[in-house]
This record gives sequence, C-alpha cells and structure tokens, in this order.
Amino acid sequence: MAIVRTERHPELPPPVTQTGVIGWMRQNLFSSWFNTILTIVSAYVAYHAIYAFLDFAIINANFAGTSRDDCTLDGACWVFIKQRFGQIMYGFYPEAERWRVDVGYVLGAIGIFLVLSNVVKSKKWPAVYLFIVYPVICYFLFYGGFGLEVVETSQWGGLFLTLVLASVSIFVALPLGIILALGRRSEMPVVRMVCVGFIELIRAVPLISVLFMASVMLPLFLPEGQNFDKLVRALVGMSLFSAAYMAEVVRGGLQALPKGQMEAAKSLGLGYWQSMGLIILPQALKISIPSIVNTFIGLFKDTTLVLIIGLFDLLSVVKAGTQDKDWLGLATEGYVFVAAVFWVFCFGMSRYSIWLENKLHTGHKR
Amino acid sequence: MTADVPGMSEGAKVSPFRDPKVRALFFQILVIVTFLAFVYYIADNTITNLEKRGIASGFDFLSQNSGFDIGIVLFVDYNAQTSTHGDVLLIGIINTLAVSLSGIVLATIIGFVFGVLRLSNNWLVNKIASVYIEVVRNIPLLVQLLFWYLAVLLELPNVRESAKIGESIALNNRGLYFPSIVPEAGFWLIPVAFAVGIIATIFVSRWAHKRQDETGQPFPVISTGFGLILGLPIVAALVMGLPFGFEYPAMGRFNISGGWVVKPEFMALFLGLSIYTGGFIAEIVRSGINAVSHGQTEAANSLGIKPNITMRLIIIPQALRVIIPPLTSQYLNLTKNSSLATAIGYSEIVAIFAGTSLNQTGQAIEIIALTMLFYLTISLIISVFMNWYNSRIALVER
Amino acid sequence: MSEAAKHMNDEVAIQINGMHKWYGEFHVLRDINLSVHRGEKIVVCGPSGSGKSTMIRCINRLEEHQQGQIIVDGIELTNDVKKVDEIRREVGMVFQHFNLFPHLTVLENCTLAPIWVRKTPKEEAEATAMKFLERVKIPEQALKYPGQLSGGQQQRVAIARSLCMNPRIMLFDEPTSALDPEMISEVLDTMISLAEEGMTMVCVTHEMGFAKTVADRVIFMDQGEIIEEAPPEEFFDNPQSERTKLFLSQILHNG
Ligand SMILES: Nc1ncnc2c1ncn2[C@@H]1O[C@H](COP(=O)(O)OP(=O)(O)OP(=O)(O)O)[C@@H](O)[C@H]1O
Ligand SMILES: [Mg+2]
Repeated sequence: MAIVRTERHPELPPPVTQTGVIGWMRQNLFSSWFNTILTIVSAYVAYHAIYAFLDFAIINANFAGTSRDDCTLDGACWVFIKQRFGQIMYGFYPEAERWRVDVGYVLGAIGIFLVLSNVVKSKKWPAVYLFIVYPVICYFLFYGGFGLEVVETSQWGGLFLTLVLASVSIFVALPLGIILALGRRSEMPVVRMVCVGFIELIRAVPLISVLFMASVMLPLFLPEGQNFDKLVRALVGMSLFSAAYMAEVVRGGLQALPKGQMEAAKSLGLGYWQSMGLIILPQALKISIPSIVNTFIGLFKDTTLVLIIGLFDLLSVVKAGTQDKDWLGLATEGYVFVAAVFWVFCFGMSRYSIWLENKLHTGHKR
Repeated sequence: MTADVPGMSEGAKVSPFRDPKVRALFFQILVIVTFLAFVYYIADNTITNLEKRGIASGFDFLSQNSGFDIGIVLFVDYNAQTSTHGDVLLIGIINTLAVSLSGIVLATIIGFVFGVLRLSNNWLVNKIASVYIEVVRNIPLLVQLLFWYLAVLLELPNVRESAKIGESIALNNRGLYFPSIVPEAGFWLIPVAFAVGIIATIFVSRWAHKRQDETGQPFPVISTGFGLILGLPIVAALVMGLPFGFEYPAMGRFNISGGWVVKPEFMALFLGLSIYTGGFIAEIVRSGINAVSHGQTEAANSLGIKPNITMRLIIIPQALRVIIPPLTSQYLNLTKNSSLATAIGYSEIVAIFAGTSLNQTGQAIEIIALTMLFYLTISLIISVFMNWYNSRIALVER
Repeated sequence: MSEAAKHMNDEVAIQINGMHKWYGEFHVLRDINLSVHRGEKIVVCGPSGSGKSTMIRCINRLEEHQQGQIIVDGIELTNDVKKVDEIRREVGMVFQHFNLFPHLTVLENCTLAPIWVRKTPKEEAEATAMKFLERVKIPEQALKYPGQLSGGQQQRVAIARSLCMNPRIMLFDEPTSALDPEMISEVLDTMISLAEEGMTMVCVTHEMGFAKTVADRVIFMDQGEIIEEAPPEEFFDNPQSERTKLFLSQILHNG
C-alpha cells in the first residue's frame, strides 16, 4: 500500500512546557529535584553577595565631602578616591601640564581606532602613525622638548604610568618576540640555542626576579657614570620578560601555517626575509592576535609589580594613599577601586580577543 | 642519456659568499663572538663596579651571619645571631615550597569545583561560576594579595576581640590560632601507618585492575583506599592509646602564646594565590571537558554505559589529557607568583634572600643567580614531568 | 634524443645526471638520469612514495640533492644562493594543494613575485596578471580572496601566479589530485593549452588521458628509481618492465 502526502503539515507552536519564561525556568533552573535545591541555595548566596556589595559600594557609601571626617564608615567612602583622583590618574605630573597626557590619550585612541576599525581601507598609514609617529610624539609630549617643559619620569605616576609601562613594553616586546620566535625555528643551531636559552630562562623565573635584575644589576653591568633612570630600567625588565612570552605566542602562529606557504613563496623566487615579511608573518601574526591580546592582558596586570621596585603606578599610588595618616582605614575602598579599573580594561580586552577568535574561526571556514 | 650542456662544469665552484652553508656558519660565529664580547663587556664593567663599591664576590657570604629576624620559620631552627645567609636561603626555599604546595592543593580544588559548576545546566549556578572566573582572572594578583592582606586580614579585630570558635580556635589580626598536637611516646606509629596505608592502596588498585581484567569483577578501589589511608593511622592511634596531647593557645590580654598559628602573611598569600589560580584552572577544566566531544557521551550512552561510569571511564580520562598540560603550567605560575610575597612580607625566597640578604651583602649577582636557579630547577622538574606525561599519552594513543 | 617531437628544439632545459638523494639514512632517489629539452612535456607517474615529488622538488631546489648534477637552463644547482634564486625565477611550480596565499587577493597573489622579485612596476605587474587570469578564464575573480574560490579555480589561479613570472619551465606536482572530479577537467584544459604554446613542462600526475594526449615522454618511477621512460604510445601499449605493467593494470582498473 502506497502512502503519498499531498499537503504540507501545518507548522504548530511547540508545547508550552518548552517555551516562554516558565519553559525556560523549568529547563534551566528546576529540571530535577537536585537542580531545584542547587538553584535555591545559589539564589540565596547570590542575593546576599550582591546585596552586601551594593550596600557597601552604593547604598551606604559616602560620595560627598572633602576629608576623612566626611566618611561615616557605614559603607564605602569614595570621598577618598575623589580627593586623590588627580594623583590616581597622573601621579605627580604637574597639574598645569596634565593636558599633555590627555592629548596623548586622544592621539593614541585615534590611532588604535584607525588600525582596528575598517574606516580606512589600507591599514598601512594608520599602522605607520600608531607604531612610528605616535611613539615619537608621545616621547616629546610626555617628557618634554620643543618648548614643552621637561617633566622628569620620577613625577610620572598613577594610571598614566601603568599605561606607559604596558604600551612601551608591548611595543618593544612584539618585534623582539618575533625575532626570538624566528630564531627558535632557525636551522642554525647556535642561533636556535641562544633563542631557546633566553626564552626558557625568562619563562622559568618570576617577573620580580627579572625586575630586580633590571633594577639592581643593570647599573652594575654598565660603565660607571652611565645609568638609566628607574622607569627605563623597569621598562627594560618588563620588555625582555614579555618578549619571551610573545616569542612563544608567535611561534605558535608560525607552527600553525602549512609548510606549503613557505614552499610556494620560495618557488616564486622570494628570499627568506621577503617570504617571512610578505607571506609568513602577516598570516602567523593574524592568527596569533587573540593570544597576543591575552599576553598583553597578562602584561598589563603584571605592570603592578613595579610597586615592588618603587615606581608609582596606579596600584602604588593608591597603596600610598591608603597609608596616608589622614586617610587611614580606607584600604578596602582603595583596592576595590584599583581592582575595578583593572577589571574594566582586562575584561574588555579579553572579550575583544574572544570576539576576534570567533571571527577568525568563521573566516577560515569560509 | 647525457647531453653536453654549456656551463656544466662552470657551476661547480661556488663563491663562499653565496653558499648558504658558509653564510650560516659565518653568521653563527658572529653570534658567538658578539655574545662573548657582550658577556666580557658586562663582566668587565661589573668587576670594576664591584671593586669601586667594595662589594665582595663569590659564595662566602652564604656562611656569614645574617643578623636579621625572619617572620615565619618552618621546620628548621633560625636565630638572627648565629644563623647564616645560607640558612636564609634554605628557609626561603622551604617557605616558597610550603605556600606553593598548599596553594596548589586549594587552587586545584577551587578550579575543579568552579570548572564543573561553569558547565552546569543550571543557569544560576553557571552564571555564578562564570562571574567568579571573570572577576578573579581580570584583576592583577598583586591587587588581590594587597586586598586580602591589608584590607581584610590586618583589619580583623585585635587579640582581645578575637573571633573565636570554642575556646581553642581564634582568629584575629595576628593570625589564625588553633591547638597544636604534642606527640607522646609511641606517636611514630601513626605516620608509619599512614605510609603503609598509601602503599597498600597502590597494591590493592593494581590487584583490582588485574582481577577485573581476568574475571570481570570490579572492586571498590576508591573507598577501600580511603579506608586504608585514613583507617590505618586511626587504628594505630587507638592501639598506642592515643599517644598525643593538645597544647591550647593561651589567650593573654595582648598576646597569644602556645598552640599553632597561621600568620596573616601566609594566609593572604595562600588565599590570594589559590583564588587567583583557581579561576584559571576552572577555565582549563571547563574547556578540557568541553573538548571531549558530545559524540563521546552519545557513543557511550548508545552502548548502554551508565552515566557515572561514562564520566569516570570515558569523559574524565580524555579530558584529563587535555587538562593536565596547561594545569601543570598553572602550577608553575603559582609557584612563580608566590614571589609576590615580597609585597606583603611573607618570608619566601625572593623576600628574604633576594630582598633582605641582598640589601645586607650587596652581592646582587650571586643572590639573583641563586634565586633564578631555584626557579629554573622547579620549572625543569615540571617540564621533565610534562615530557614524561606526553610520551606516556603518545604511547597510549598508538 | 631520437624521440624528440616536432616543436622541440635541441636545447636542453633540464639535465639530471646520476642524482642521488637521502633523507637521513633513507635513500629516496637513486641514480636519476633525465634530460628534458626545451618545449618538451614530461609526465612522471608511479606508486605513492616512489619519490616523484621529491624529484621534481629537487629541480627548483625545494629539496637539496646530495650527489650528482642537476642543470636547469644551463645553470648547475649548487649551494650558490644567487643561482638558486635565478633558477627559481625561471621555473614555475604548481602544487597539489595550490598553496595560494590566503591573506592576499587573487590579483595580489599574482603580482607579489613580479613586484618583489622582478621589480616590475605595480601597474605593469597588474596588467600582466590580468592577462594570465584571463588565460585561465577567471579574470572576474581577481579581487576575491583564495578562500572564496572553488578548488579548480584556486588551482588555475596558482597556475596563473606561476605564469606571471614568465617562467621558461613549469613543474606540476599532482595538480589535480586534490580536486573533485568535476573540477579536474578545467585545470587539465588550462595545462593542455599551456602545452600547446610550447611551454617546457614536467608533470607528476596520474591523469593518464592527459599523458596520452600531451606528453612527449612518460616516466615511470618506483622506489626512488626511474624504471621506464618511453613515448606515451609505447608506454601504455607495450610496457617493458613488470612493475610498470602491474602499476598500469592497477590504475587503469581503478580509473
Ligand atoms: N621530509 C622527509 N623526510 C623523510 N622522508 C621523506 C620526506 N619527504 C618524503 N619522504 C619519503 O620519501 C619518499 C618519497 O616521497 P615523495 O613525496 O617524493 O613520494 P611521491 O612519489 O610524491 O608519493 P605520492 O604519490 O604519495 O605523492 C616517501 O617514502 C616519503 O615517505
Ligand atoms: Mg607526491
């Protein structure tokens, strides 16, 4: 007996238990008695945690006032942060000159926007601006020269110093890391050994020991009289440290490329550096961007370690503030604020890197 | 088949400048020479600088008296008047290992718990776990450590207003106090019983494997193991007539004496490291379990294997393969991060040896070299383990 | 060379004398002797792992040989980088997996080498590239990325990319074996038209139809040696060695 369907079955809505708020809750919160208990317990915990936090940070917090006396201490006393905001942002950078830092931020933001967005077709000029012109501008803008008053690096501090540390280190670490990664894959045993030795040594030891080395030993290594200031020494340490990690990230990207790419480049007559620069590195770096961003997040968090060698970055300025005898007892506010600032930066970047990774993945499948 | 071709013999001689092998050799010699020149330059400057500053060199300082006090000393005797910088190094190493190992244990527990919660079907549980992970991973460890130390632990009530559990456990801004165990005659049997329990468990698990292979009968290895490892020491204690007593912390007005105390420096570092690293481990666990495809679960279900056995025999072994390599590198990170103790005054190797000893002797090179050597050794041990593990996995996969 | 066909001249394009190659202890190529005249088309076939790829990759020194001589266009392949560069400029190669540069458009793939190696001005390089893209019948794809093309189109771009360097010799390493059946013919057609123009070609392929129509000589390799070398009619109708017979019976069966 043959059965032939001539009409299409009408589309029916799914049963109520699968849709709507009730269906969603049934599936995601109360699917079994165990799940129901779990939901109740965690709702209780979450409610108390959120309530306690809001109570501390907003409901009972002090926002108005100018001194420690305005703190009622029922909740957070944000007056402290408000009063010190200038220092937290710029350290001891003279107040009259702080506009220079802001101009630097704006110029940098423009550069980053042009490089990351698709407003400009060719990425060449934005990249030249961001990686060559902008650093030079920043040097004169922040330090001084061309009629701008000199501001010694010992006066730099706060979030400004944190950003300087992170961006200068990544700026040095990326090219150095690329060279180390290429060296590690070189066919020359001596070159390979030097690179592997450097990378593995640095990755085995904690950043602090590298920073100690830069701050205590660098002066010993140089001829008498020649010396860098403290910030430069910290930058040397941070850059070398992140270069080793960057090298491993780039190596991962290089390894992910099929061998055929290099062979095709060679068979067209391109030399080693041409093949690397035109074919291999653009692709390897592109697939490593998410990992590069992650390394940068790590580096950004690690800048806080300069506190230990006596620089006044964001964390350090706040810590000093909490120990000021006029503002005692506000450590929680201070650290929660610093944590929030770092969190916003790092969480933002990590979301960006996840988004990029997904985009790259779908791009490949195409 | 040969045809005479013009220029056949001409190419045989290669100008040395155009031979890549010669070039490579030349370049490598250049690298070595530059490297040696660099080392010589540095060494020369350093020697001159050290002489000018009147700083000694060599490792004699290790046997010189240190002359400073150390906050936390475990397992060894230390006395500022008689002990040496060598002792300081030893204590630094012990303290580093102590906080790292205990941190690793707690971080692993936290990581696995939150990693599994992060995979829960329960929306609320899932969200709570992901908030934990995202908060903890995106705040610098040093900020967290300072928070725990300066904003939480040091802000606890003072000795007089200690928070107490019963009369013998107290928590205040000097630490967590609890009774110590004082061994009496016959105490030795308890650790021995513990060791015997572990060894016996290993044998039982081998025997059980073999028996299951041969007869198909499973054996409850895990509960038997627990029984042996915990039960034997208890039996030993009972047999020897409970050969220990307790010393209770005596609460004075401003001070507490006797008993055991966990200092806030240790606690802050221990908590901070575990909570921070736990967030990273949770992510590793989550992606490890996710990496074992749903297909595997479905295949197991379709074979009629029960869910908990599927988890134990199919999902977990495969997920562990993905999890263990990044997990060990987190352990290494935790150990390296314990050096942040410098900022909160816990006496580990960087704080007391690369800090105080260095300030006193000025022998930066030797001290930093020894410190780095210590970390290098640890990471070498971990990478030897990783190689062993990877080769074992490779064998299994064949 | 008695078997030389009409449109080839006596000039030798590739000469291989007593060439050996080892991978570590493994003797991959044993005593290879071959001479290819200008304009000649050679098809190389043989079982998997017989060393076909290795042999043609030695011709543009993607692999290094350890003994014997390889002379391409009158230049002997030695360690001399300058000569290696010179030969790579004159010898085009097409790979099994296309090896297009995925981060560059089709047009950029084609102009890259002329611009950076031959120092051709960009406009001129683009004009040449468009000419060759028209020849392989995909000028309309010039601004797309390789990932957006079908396999057959990609392989034709790869051929065009090589042609843009104006090579005097083309090497093909199984150019159709990564393609779906319906795309094979479009690539083969391109190769046939290239052959008709008198390009010197060495092709590793198992497309026996192609070998019959285009090849001047077929070379059969097994276990690192050239076992048999004959014009296609003789090779297919009257193979001499047992191994060739076995190989032919296998592929004709399956094909
Ligand atoms: N880089 C290498 N190192 C060691 N052995 C290799 C390497 N490349 C190829 N071989 C070996 O050399 C032999 C010849 O390889 P080749 O790729 O030339 O074979 P083929 O004839 O092209 O085979 P196919 O038809 O499968 O492409 C094979 O046995 C292969 O395993
Ligand atoms: Mg091949």
